[in-house]
Amino acid sequence: MKIFLSNQGNLRNFKSFARSLDLSNPDKLVISTHDKWVTVHPANLVVAAALAIQAGKKNTEIIGKVPETGRYLDRMGLYELTKTPSPFIYHKKEEAGRFVPIKIIKTSADQSRFITDVIPLLHLSEENAIVVKYIIGELVRNVLEHSFAKDGAIVAAQYYKKTNRVSIGICDTGIGIWKSINTYWHPKNDIDAIKLALVPGITGTTRREGGTSENAGAGLFFIKSIAKITRNYFVIYSGSAQYTLLKHKKRIKGLPRLYADPNRDPHSETNTVPRFQGTLVAVDLSLDETPEFNYLLSNIGDIYDKSIRERKRAKYMTPKFI
Amino acid sequence: MGKIVNDFAENKDIAKKIRVEIIMPALSKGDEVVLDFYGVSGATQSFIHALISDPIRKLKDVAFDNLMYQNANNDIREIISMVYRYMQESLDMNKDEE
Repeated sequence: MKIFLSNQGNLRNFKSFARSLDLSNPDKLVISTHDKWVTVHPANLVVAAALAIQAGKKNTEIIGKVPETGRYLDRMGLYELTKTPSPFIYHKKEEAGRFVPIKIIKTSADQSRFITDVIPLLHLSEENAIVVKYIIGELVRNVLEHSFAKDGAIVAAQYYKKTNRVSIGICDTGIGIWKSINTYWHPKNDIDAIKLALVPGITGTTRREGGTSENAGAGLFFIKSIAKITRNYFVIYSGSAQYTLLKHKKRIKGLPRLYADPNRDPHSETNTVPRFQGTLVAVDLSLDETPEFNYLLSNIGDIYDKSIRERKRAKYMTPKFI
Repeated sequence: MGKIVNDFAENKDIAKKIRVEIIMPALSKGDEVVLDFYGVSGATQSFIHALISDPIRKLKDVAFDNLMYQNANNDIREIISMVYRYMQESLDMNKDEE
């Protein structure tokens, strides 16, 4: 496998990153970077980390000239997953910032500890911390419950002071969304599976409305909706498919409208990226644009209800006009 | 709840344990159950769903009458209300299909 970390590692360009992946020969991973400047979103980082863990430390290396900005890879913990020693010498204290380095979460107890102990590293206000806890709580739980990934959920997050934004990436090398949802829904390909998983009320554990006692099929819809309301990107990559919720334009006034059907959201999609055995979910959260969480929940809840009612109505008997 | 789930309620295993070991047996006996969210600043929809959707689905009016919530902040109230709404919508729907 080969991964190239460019100087444009953000969610807007995630498709280019995915397209550039060489996922052949999964027993070996070679990571290289742009030689002058490297910019890495937590999404790119957790994909690299997940594949490094899969290949094993002794089979993973970082090659070529890594620029000074590459020290970010070190402080986020990527070098520790490779056999390549870090070329960067610095006092870790100096580098203390508002980030969550690569973490591996394998159990729900790990998850609770992570939420309690690690998210405070981002030094967010209580209100913003709740949103981040919510996102990570739901996404990690999805991995633990549905992915059957032996290496667990790989998580990283970064706060960007300049844009007052938090970026989160969560990745696993489990069964992927198509397989997870196929038992009950039979999507025809990976992109259909992703879009189905984004519909409120659709869960891979049943076809029954209201879900099971454990699952309602709301998690991904909530996260996509949070990204949309806060006018940000949201990315899912699984199998050969990638769905990107595009940023809601600032010039459009008012709260962005939420839709149950992910096809109605401004988005880009592809079903032809290199096949990734697992799932990546990544989201940006602009803290300036984040409304009261309660308001956000209320809006998302309304669409969720509406979606169930619409499905109900679709099953109504229709009169026979002759 | 605050003592069991810490500050943020996201662990569905704990929600399931509370549901199976406390909520369902008590409601089935006709007892009232008060879920006290004192010390809990937030919860995921998944957690609340795992906690109360089964009692609503299986016990319906018994759950509506005897399940009560204390010290739930506005966010948690919103999520609980949402679960009540969609569970009732889906109860009607699944009943229609039966």
